[in-house]
Amino acid sequence: MTDLDANPKSMAGSGAGASAPSAPKPEGFSFWRWMRRDTRAALALTYLAILVVAAILAPLLAPYSPTEQNVMNMLAEPSAEHWLGTDDLGRDTLSRLMYGAGNALYAASLAVGVAVLIGVPVGVFIGFVGGWIDEAMSRVIDAVLAFPPIVLAVAITGALGIGLTNAMLAVGFAFAPYLARTMRAQTLVVKGALYVDAAVGFGASRFHLIRKHILPNAIQPVIVEVTLLLAVALLAEAGLSFLSLGVQAPEASWGGMLARAYSYIEIAPAQMYAPGFAILFTALAFNALGESIRVLLDPTVKKI
Amino acid sequence: MHGVGRMVMRRGAQLIPVMIIATFVVFALVFLMPGDPAATLAGDFATEERIMEIRALYGFDQPFIVQYGRWLWNALHFDLGQSLFSNEEVSTLILMRLPHTLLLVFYALILGAITGIPLGILAATRQGTRLDKAITSLASLGVAVPNFWLGIILVSAFALDWRIFPATGAVSIFEDPIQAIYYATLPAVALSTNVTAVLTRQVRSALLEVLSAQYIRTLRAKGLRPQAVLWRHGLRNIAATILTVAGLQFNLLFSSAVIVESVYAVPGVGSLISYSALNKDFPVVQGVALVLVVLVIAVNLLVDVFNSILDPRVAAST
Repeated sequence: MTDLDANPKSMAGSGAGASAPSAPKPEGFSFWRWMRRDTRAALALTYLAILVVAAILAPLLAPYSPTEQNVMNMLAEPSAEHWLGTDDLGRDTLSRLMYGAGNALYAASLAVGVAVLIGVPVGVFIGFVGGWIDEAMSRVIDAVLAFPPIVLAVAITGALGIGLTNAMLAVGFAFAPYLARTMRAQTLVVKGALYVDAAVGFGASRFHLIRKHILPNAIQPVIVEVTLLLAVALLAEAGLSFLSLGVQAPEASWGGMLARAYSYIEIAPAQMYAPGFAILFTALAFNALGESIRVLLDPTVKKI
Repeated sequence: MHGVGRMVMRRGAQLIPVMIIATFVVFALVFLMPGDPAATLAGDFATEERIMEIRALYGFDQPFIVQYGRWLWNALHFDLGQSLFSNEEVSTLILMRLPHTLLLVFYALILGAITGIPLGILAATRQGTRLDKAITSLASLGVAVPNFWLGIILVSAFALDWRIFPATGAVSIFEDPIQAIYYATLPAVALSTNVTAVLTRQVRSALLEVLSAQYIRTLRAKGLRPQAVLWRHGLRNIAATILTVAGLQFNLLFSSAVIVESVYAVPGVGSLISYSALNKDFPVVQGVALVLVVLVIAVNLLVDVFNSILDPRVAAST
């Protein structure tokens, strides 16, 4: 973790030089200024950037193949050859951790992507048209929200067929009503604003209203919620893969690694730490980023 | 109480469509199955006869709405069909296992409340101090930690290293309540971190909001002691927040229980649904989802009722 502490400062340092000469612009957004002022966001983004790079370059960077077994070296302690030791089949833990990162990030993005694709249009639409359609769809949203998300995801995965993509489609479906609810509430707020009345007065079309006025104004809280949902989706993937409903063996996943580590906990207890911390740190990073974006978009929340 | 009664009626009426849609979602899960659902349900080596039998059991040969009506009618009579694996009644399976899950969920809720509420009060009354920052960071950790991983760590420490608690298994609360609670302690602790974290955050921000209100300022100006302000006015006003948050956590605890029950080999409905999903025992999957969603909706109604008793303004506003 020490390199994580050092990096943001150097990043922020170069950013400071770049943005210093420009005159203060209260409404302008400078990424580097944000990074310099918000250490939490800088740390979270740096960690996530490293994770993305590790996931993409896993085939180049990983010291071993994630599925290469070595029966002569099972459940090994950390050593110079295997920095994080090996699992019960003699596979290199560090390599599996790196390949697992790809699956975790893919899973979280897929689930949240599905939730956005369903939730945002539905929320805007029902908020915009109102009336009985809104009333009926709001009851549907309430109904889906009443399901414990993992229970619904397990049930849908069971129906569609076991596997990571199906599991994440299911998680995305379970999350969609959260976004629809937020989007609907935001649409109602914007719809009631005076400038939208004015636009209607000038004869703006519905499509124009939604695209030019409602979406840009309503999207801010959704960005925050999406970032926070990435953490929840990541935890869901880990949990479902732990139950072998997500990523299937022999592919690497953090949840699946924990399941194997748990089976051999009495022989090699150290194997349970690396995947657990990977999940924890990534979830923390998404949450921290979400909170920082919330503060960035709405400075008044700082006071509470 | 008149206002409360009317509010219950109105909320109950609102919940009927929600209940119908939720049951419909559970029913419609069958149609997500690729190919002929009857063949999928029957398994890989089923005879044509068995497929026909299942087709008739589910009524796949009838119009959609008739199928749903029949399924719902049976469900209302606690007939959720039979397990495709054990041929046991799904309702019997669920009834046998539900007490284990409910024990864990309520235990975790209580643990979360007795830790989260004091931590939230402590953080709010010492806003901006190091203690506040430490508590807020702890809450961030509590939200992000995977419950099942925490469960594994607890097993490793408290069961394998120190041998204070049993590693896995469960005892029925009806047979031996003391042993049941003893066995449920580690999984309940693993489940409770989210509740603790969310309650800490919500109590903290709700209390900060109440304490910054005008009338509190007046009370302080009058010379009322800070402790009296906090206990008599501050906490009374956040009771509704606590109740609402606890109600929402009830739903999420079932989610976490699905995974944590597997860690501790607890024979609850959580491990039942994941096991059944893996084995394509779909009537069981549907049964568990149905029972849990109905429970959650019922608890939401209860929370609303309690809230309106605590605060008459809630009853008046709905």
